Amino acid sequence: MTACLTTRAPEVDIADLVQDDKVHSSLYSDPAIFEAELDKVFNNTWVWVGHTSEVPESGSYKTAFIGRQPVIVSRDRKGDIHVMLNRCRHRAATVCEGKRGKVKSFVCPYHGWGYALDGELRAIPKPEEYQGVLDKKDFPLVRLRHETYQGMIFATFNPDIQPLEEHLGGAKKWIDLFMKQSGGYPLKVLGDHRFRFPGNWKIQLENTTDAYHFPVVHKSFVSSLDDQTSKIFDFLDGPGFVEDLGNGHSVMVMIPELVDLDANLDAPIPERFKDFAAELECEGYDDAQVRRLVRAVGGSGFNLNLFPNVACSMAFFRVLRPVAVDETEIHHVAIGGDGAPAAFNQLRMRLHEHFQGPMGFGTPDDAEAWERVQKGSRAGDREWILVNRSLGRLVTSPDGNTAGSVCSETGMRAAYRKYKQMMTA
Amino acid sequence: MSTLRAEVAAFIDLEADMLDFNQYREWLDLWEPDGVYVVPIDRETEDFANTLNFAYDKAEMRSLRVARLLSGDAISTQTTYKTVRSVSRLRILAEDGDTVKARCSQFIAENRHGNLKTYPADVTFTLRRSGDGFRMVEKVVRLLNADHHLSSIGYIL
Repeated sequence: MTACLTTRAPEVDIADLVQDDKVHSSLYSDPAIFEAELDKVFNNTWVWVGHTSEVPESGSYKTAFIGRQPVIVSRDRKGDIHVMLNRCRHRAATVCEGKRGKVKSFVCPYHGWGYALDGELRAIPKPEEYQGVLDKKDFPLVRLRHETYQGMIFATFNPDIQPLEEHLGGAKKWIDLFMKQSGGYPLKVLGDHRFRFPGNWKIQLENTTDAYHFPVVHKSFVSSLDDQTSKIFDFLDGPGFVEDLGNGHSVMVMIPELVDLDANLDAPIPERFKDFAAELECEGYDDAQVRRLVRAVGGSGFNLNLFPNVACSMAFFRVLRPVAVDETEIHHVAIGGDGAPAAFNQLRMRLHEHFQGPMGFGTPDDAEAWERVQKGSRAGDREWILVNRSLGRLVTSPDGNTAGSVCSETGMRAAYRKYKQMMTA
Repeated sequence: MSTLRAEVAAFIDLEADMLDFNQYREWLDLWEPDGVYVVPIDRETEDFANTLNFAYDKAEMRSLRVARLLSGDAISTQTTYKTVRSVSRLRILAEDGDTVKARCSQFIAENRHGNLKTYPADVTFTLRRSGDGFRMVEKVVRLLNADHHLSSIGYIL
């Protein structure tokens, strides 16, 4: 492992700006706070960079970002995964510009330095000029520590951080449940929607565990559903809950009956999936297989927020990337089953397109609301953002965690507690 | 200008005008019942059903999309209710019986929160003769930046 030096941001004291029940508006708009966040949060913890299905074989790669820093996730000839800075060791040009694909090596376009899939520096034009000056073995692409859990690849600039599984802690149980939605096949990334909104990254982070906005912002989406499905999405007064899982992670269960997709396989097939079930039957799948695929196709009934940049959100991965204090890029990563029936993956993609992405029936309205939050948060200089809903009605969950109703702001408070700890360390 | 090219140009101009002036219900009538409206992410693919797209609308989804845009309930449509689009560079790619395939360029401008933004695209139409005009069998909008990030789009491209 090569140590990576990052520029330390100017000191900012945010201790008073993050309180148990509110956070200060400047957290959305102060450039100095943003620089400190890159340094103390994104460059200092486990950050999601991809899923193993995105680099399925030797030579596969995908590009990603940790905070503002471009990285490459690659799979080498032995099948091992590497996460490396996307930066030539010579004069810093990026050595890979695609989203994802397959290559034999990474060659810098500027002077032709060539790196192997594991980052080793293999070729330098005019090597005689470097005799006695540079040894190739000392100049691989800078590799980052990375670990995976259930195919989710996380990397970190912090060599001393706790193992990934400890960091995930109470969230692991929910990741395991989330992975059941590929219908008995290995989970596979099917593509992603990418969009930006002019607002701070924490506005999106908060939104993943914000059930309160759903019936207001997503009224037009709910109107586009059949009666049976729209009732399922009418969960605000239901038995759902939000649970603080520790380390900034939280889960918001909106539809309790869709927590465990291996359970209730005998339940009647929902009206909206009847055509899908009939198609599977025509293709020769037996009743048990059909029921399992139908149960899995709509995704899980919860959003799991993993601090700071990824969520397992009902039926997709939501990834956020801070671009600037008032600019955030979001990827909605569609998932399905590797080797699953074509009809299964097709329906998963159609359901994804229905709500997600820049032309979905849900995402544009979210983005509009977030843009308005950013804009409005500039008003006043002593104003706060409230995250106090349900503080008077908290309970202890069966797992021993703090929990509130489905529309409580428990998840936001969980994230901000971890945020404060990291920002004041 | 050939008669066919002129007929296709007239149809495409009409379709663009309907979308710019929010005549979405009339726009739905420009479609064949089995028509598909696609805004792909992958500019190279032709297998839209097996690929994730920004939009892949058969008749039912088109109808739901229009209902959403006209409902007044979607806050994203309130800030971009008006677009201005220009279609040109029209070329007839193929003619087979009563079906015509044509390609053109399209520039759409939106004005959202005072920010003027444009979405250039290549658009491919597959049209079928119907009475004295055409109906759309397929419309594929390949955005120039489809492979990168977009902003939210609260209208029909």
